[in-house]
Amino acid sequence: MLAKLTSPRFLRAALPAASFTILLLAIFYVQPRAMSYFGMNLMLQYTVPIALATIAQMFIITVNDLDLSIGAFVGLTACIGATLLADTPVLGVLALAACVAAYAAMGALIHWRNLPSIVVTLGMSFVWLGIAVLVLPTPGGTAPGWVKSIMALKVPYVPFPIVAAVVIGCVVHVVLMRSSYGVVLRGAGGNPKAIGRAGWSLLKTKMVMFGAAGFFGVLSGLSLIGLTSAADAHIADRYTLYAIAGVILGGGEFVGGRVSPIGAVIGALTLALTGSFLTFLRISPDWQIGAQGGILILVLALRALINRREG
Amino acid sequence: MTFVKTLSQKAWIWSFVGMFAVWLATAVYTGGKGSADVLTAALSFATFTVIVGIGQMFVITTGPGNVDLSIPSTISLSGAVAMKIMDGSNAMLAIGFAASMGCGVAVGIFNYILIRVLRIPPIIATLSSSFLILSSAIAYGRGLKIKPPPLLADFTTAQIMGIPVLAIVIILLAAVMGVVLNRTMYGRSVLAIGQNMRAAWLAGINVERIRFFTYLLSAVLAALCGFLLSGFSGGASLNMGQEYLLASIAVVVIGGTSVAGGKANVAGIWGAAMFMFLLVTMLNTFGASAGIRLIMTGLIIVAVITIAGGDEPQR
Repeated sequence: MLAKLTSPRFLRAALPAASFTILLLAIFYVQPRAMSYFGMNLMLQYTVPIALATIAQMFIITVNDLDLSIGAFVGLTACIGATLLADTPVLGVLALAACVAAYAAMGALIHWRNLPSIVVTLGMSFVWLGIAVLVLPTPGGTAPGWVKSIMALKVPYVPFPIVAAVVIGCVVHVVLMRSSYGVVLRGAGGNPKAIGRAGWSLLKTKMVMFGAAGFFGVLSGLSLIGLTSAADAHIADRYTLYAIAGVILGGGEFVGGRVSPIGAVIGALTLALTGSFLTFLRISPDWQIGAQGGILILVLALRALINRREG
Repeated sequence: MTFVKTLSQKAWIWSFVGMFAVWLATAVYTGGKGSADVLTAALSFATFTVIVGIGQMFVITTGPGNVDLSIPSTISLSGAVAMKIMDGSNAMLAIGFAASMGCGVAVGIFNYILIRVLRIPPIIATLSSSFLILSSAIAYGRGLKIKPPPLLADFTTAQIMGIPVLAIVIILLAAVMGVVLNRTMYGRSVLAIGQNMRAAWLAGINVERIRFFTYLLSAVLAALCGFLLSGFSGGASLNMGQEYLLASIAVVVIGGTSVAGGKANVAGIWGAAMFMFLLVTMLNTFGASAGIRLIMTGLIIVAVITIAGGDEPQR
C-alpha cells in the first residue's frame, strides 16, 4: 500500500490536487472567513473563464503545439460577445463560428507547412487584437442578458464556480480520455507517425484540436463578459500565460500528448486562488505575477524530483 | 545574371527587398517628402530590435523549442535598475551600466538553471522566469520617474549626417556577431547543435556549455537594449519591453534564420527590423487605423513564415 502511494506515477497524478488543497488550507488558516459559501464564490469567481482558456491551451499542447494567442483570442470573442452578439444575435453567432473556423484553419496551416506554432500564434495574436480593436475601439459594450444570468447562477451548498469547473473537467475528460477518437487525438501528439500509418488523417486531428481550442476560447470569452458585463480588447491579455501555467500546474506534459483535463481545471483553480491568497497575506499586487511564476517553478521542481526517482 | 541568381538564393536578401519596397511605397505616396527622415527614424528604432534580435537568433538557432520569452521583462528590469542607480548623474554612468549588465547575467544564469535542473522546455522555463523578472521590475521600479543621465541621453540620440550614432555602433556589433556566428568555435557549435544536437555531442561539442552561453548572451543583449532604450526614450517604463517579444522573434524569422534551427543570419535581422518599422510607418501614412495596423503586422509575419518556413522538415 505504502509502496503504491509513494510510486512516482501516483505522486505525479496527485501533485495538482495536493498543491490546490495545500493552497486552500493555507487560505483558510490565514483568513477563516473565506471558508463560506459567499467567500468561496468571491475567491473563485474568475475560475470559469480561466479554466475554459486552460482547456483550450491543453488541446493545443496535446498535439505538441503551444498557443501564444489564446489571450488575445479570448479578448476578441469577449468584444464580439459584448457587441454583435448582444445587438444582432444571428450575426454574433456567425462571427463567433467564424472565429472557431479561423482557429481550425490556423491548425491546418501549421500542419500543412510544418510551421512552428509559437511564431504563427504570436503573429495571429496581433490579428485577433486588431479585429477586437476594430469591433470595439473603446472599452464598453454590454454582455447579452442570458450570458449574465448563466454566470450569476446560484447553486445550493456548493459555489457555482466549483460546479462549473467540475462539469467542464468531466465533460472534456470523457471526450478526450475515454472516447476512441480521443485516443487518436492524443496519439497524434504522442506518436504522429504511428497514427498516420494507421490511416488517420493528421491534418484532421490538428484541425479538430485547434477548432476545439477555438470553441473553448469562445466559451471563455463569453463567460468572462458574463462576469464583467462589459468588454475591452485587452481584457484577457493575461490569459495566454494563465492558460499555459494552468496546463502545467495540472500535470500536463509539453510533448507527447500526455495531458489531463481534470488536472488542467485544478490548475486553473489553483491559479485563481493564488491571487486571493496573496491579497490575504497583504502582499502587494506588484508580486502577484511573480508569485504565480514562483508557484509554477516550484511545481515543476517537484515534478522533476519525482521524475528523477523514476530514473 | 548569375550574380542576381546567387543573391536571390540568400535568405536575408528578401528582408532588404521588402524594406525598400515599403519605403518606396511610402515615398511615392508622400511625393518623396520626408523620406530621408523616415529612414533616420527607422534606423533609430530598428537598432533596439536588432540588439534583442541577435540574442534571440542565437537562441532559436540552437534548435526547435529554443526561444527566449524573458526578453521583454529583462529589458524592463535592466532599464529600471540602471535608471534608479544612475539617478540622472553622469558620474554614475559606468556603475549603472555594470548593474544593467549584471541583471542580464543574473537572468541568463537563472534561465539556464531552470532549463537544466528542471529539465523543462526553454519556452516554459523562460516564460516562468519572465513572471519573476517582471514582478521584480514592477516592485523595484514603482513610481520610477527618473531622467537618464544627460550623457546617455545625448549618446543614444546623437546623429552624424542623419545617421544615428547608436545605429552605427549596433551595425558594428552585428558585424562582430556575424563573425562570431560563422568564424568562431562558439558560433559553429551553435549551428551544429541546431542541425543535430546528438551529432554535435558525439563530435565532442560541449552542448550544455554552448547552450548556457547562448541563453546568457540573449539575456545580456536584452539588458543592453533596456539600458540604451531607457536613455533613448528619456527614462525607463515598466512596459517598455512589451513590444519586443513579438519583434525579437519576428525579425529573426523574417531575416532568414531557420526556425527549425541550425541556419542563422545576422544581416537579415537589420533588414527585417527596418522592414517592420517602415511597414508601420507606411500604414500610418496611408491613414490606417490602429486595428488595421495590428492585423497587417500579424498577417505579414504569418505570411513570411508560411513562405519561408515550410521547406525544411522539423525534427
